[in-house]
Amino acid sequence: MNSYRITGAKDSNGKASDYFISDGKFVNEGELAGGANDIDAKGLTILPGFVDLHTHLREPGREDAETVLTASMAAASGGFTAISAMPNTLPVADTAGVVEQVYRLGKHHGVCDVFPIGAVTVGQGGAQLAELAAMNQSEAGVRIFSDDGHCVFDPLVMRRALEYVKIFDGVIAQHAQDPRLTQDSQMNEGEISARLGLKGWPAVAEEAIIARDVLLAEHVDSRLHICHVTTAGGVEIIRSAKKRGIKVTAEVTPHHLLLTDDLAESYDPVYKVNPPLRTKDDVQALREGLADGTIDIVATDHAPHPHESKDCEWSAAAFGMVGLETAFSIAYQAMVETKLLTLTQLVDRLSKNPAEIGRYTDHGSIRIGARANFTLVDLDANWRVERLKLASKSKNTPFDGMVLPGVITKTFHNGALVYERNSK
Amino acid sequence: MKHLLSIADLSRDEAIEVLDTAAELARLSEGTVKKFPTLRGRTVVNLFFEDSTRTRISFEAAAKRLSADVINFAAKGSSVSKGESLKDTALTLQAMGADAVVIRHGASGAAHQLAKQEWMKGVVINAGDGTHEHPTQALLDAFTIRRHLKENQGDLSGVKVGIIGDILHSRVARSNILLLKKLGAEVVLIAPPTLIPVGVAKWGVDVSYSLDDQIKSLDVVMALRVQKERMNDLYFPTEREYARGYGLTSERMKQMKTKSIVMHPGPMNRGLEISAESADSQRSVIVEQVANGVSVRMAVLYLTLGGATFKELASSGESL
Repeated sequence: MNSYRITGAKDSNGKASDYFISDGKFVNEGELAGGANDIDAKGLTILPGFVDLHTHLREPGREDAETVLTASMAAASGGFTAISAMPNTLPVADTAGVVEQVYRLGKHHGVCDVFPIGAVTVGQGGAQLAELAAMNQSEAGVRIFSDDGHCVFDPLVMRRALEYVKIFDGVIAQHAQDPRLTQDSQMNEGEISARLGLKGWPAVAEEAIIARDVLLAEHVDSRLHICHVTTAGGVEIIRSAKKRGIKVTAEVTPHHLLLTDDLAESYDPVYKVNPPLRTKDDVQALREGLADGTIDIVATDHAPHPHESKDCEWSAAAFGMVGLETAFSIAYQAMVETKLLTLTQLVDRLSKNPAEIGRYTDHGSIRIGARANFTLVDLDANWRVERLKLASKSKNTPFDGMVLPGVITKTFHNGALVYERNSK
Repeated sequence: MKHLLSIADLSRDEAIEVLDTAAELARLSEGTVKKFPTLRGRTVVNLFFEDSTRTRISFEAAAKRLSADVINFAAKGSSVSKGESLKDTALTLQAMGADAVVIRHGASGAAHQLAKQEWMKGVVINAGDGTHEHPTQALLDAFTIRRHLKENQGDLSGVKVGIIGDILHSRVARSNILLLKKLGAEVVLIAPPTLIPVGVAKWGVDVSYSLDDQIKSLDVVMALRVQKERMNDLYFPTEREYARGYGLTSERMKQMKTKSIVMHPGPMNRGLEISAESADSQRSVIVEQVANGVSVRMAVLYLTLGGATFKELASSGESL
């Protein structure tokens, strides 16, 4: 194992210290083995590696869009040391066999931890529970289950799933979307969708499911996680549920913290995403919800698609955006530069909180004895997003050409340097 | 005018220029001159991904009267439902040297993408994209209204237009609302609430759920085609219930003002949104709409491809 002596790195509160890494862990200086590599981190900030609870890796099945390896590299470039593989692959990750395959691919590549999320229902069909306990007891140790891309719409199936995962302290991550209210929907329903002639996706389709599910979670006293909240009404429902003591957590994506539905006026499918971009008021409510803790975490919903799936008419295009490599910078711009959060608070929402929800014990903190999963960031520098230079195999970023704050300069996973920014 | 993608891209003056040019072309066509040499050697492609008899024929007639070469490209069928084919078709047309592409497509924004993605360099004219817009239909409707109610001159101020029916899914309605407002007309949308888009409050038009309340005050009654399949999506309970509430029946027609006119973009469901008697009445200008369509589309092709003013056109026509 390599050992490192990192000198002069600031923590998220701005206090500079030295950090020592040996045998994959943070250690005291005295424990550092001889021949440590010196890294001068003066001016850089050391942050615990980010943890994404919502990532589409596309392998197995759509290796033309992304693989476990390319997603891992994109993650490391974005400062992430753990990602969570959503189960909507081909085949669907609804058995111990598939989740173990994905988990092992992540281990094999060793760039970041890849924690599979299991499907709630067989084939994400919404009818029959998948073998949740088998996935939990597999090598992958799955704790989060989701039919992401599809809503668990049947209230009885949802209730049973919420109850069942209590066996192993699991959590159901719900993609809140009433399928009947969103049939063929293309973008947020409102003035813009009406004008553009694109079928509307009403906020109530998301909010009605959130409302139902927090009540179900309350009734059976289970853990519920709401994926990618996008509406002001959804934030309000979760806020009041938390006040009642319901065990609900929630995530927001970087793109929903910054972008709005008027971008669809270009008819450029790079802005087509599920759930859709909403209004300015929604963006403001999401930011406030993330600030006051109603929304616990930032999750990317990194959704790679090959070029041909976006280089076409809006209605024929795939939903989704890549996000691993821009997540920190976008969240920093939306939350820290606006003074809604301190850097420390933002990092909690990108690292500590998601690690807690997923029970990813090797992530989320920098302390002696902890696994050395961290990133070094230059907060005084900006960078320009260039889609063709992304590490992700797919280039469908809505942020192409934007100049963003915060440059990820190095990422370490289990004490190994897995990413280093080339330029400069 | 580089392209014609949306009525929103036209200024008021540009819209009136189209109408004036169309009026001049119509006037000249009534004489001995049936064909103008203006677009000789230019190629206009009719690229129709959806069935449409009247719009395609109208554009074809317009292009031919301006002496353009016309290629009809009917790309219907399952192979075009996949996105890539629009791009590939555009690249093909570009390679063939099309000067203008008239596109009808089932996806909202298809014409925009053709023009903006740099798939091709020629002029793009939107002949209907999904449920977004159908700008030449709105122009010919405005032309027809102006001819009947404004002596073929200026704008449409003082005219009250009722657009009745499936506003939610109608590209004709969207283009008409934009253009009628631009030209100073008063617009009221008349439909059951299920067929009025959420967000319509920002469109600057009135909305009514009762045709009976409005019929006496309208100068123009514009009935939209209502697809019977909408019933299956619960937009209204039955065809008969729709016809009772929103159909332009003979009884309702009798309540219209003396000079008011009846319009329909076609094709009509006689007996559903319009009774046969209304469609064939003295008030109906539905057939004239079709004829005016050719003049308006000639004007659009001329102004996008020709670039000269219509006065120059008039002199070239008369010199034949």
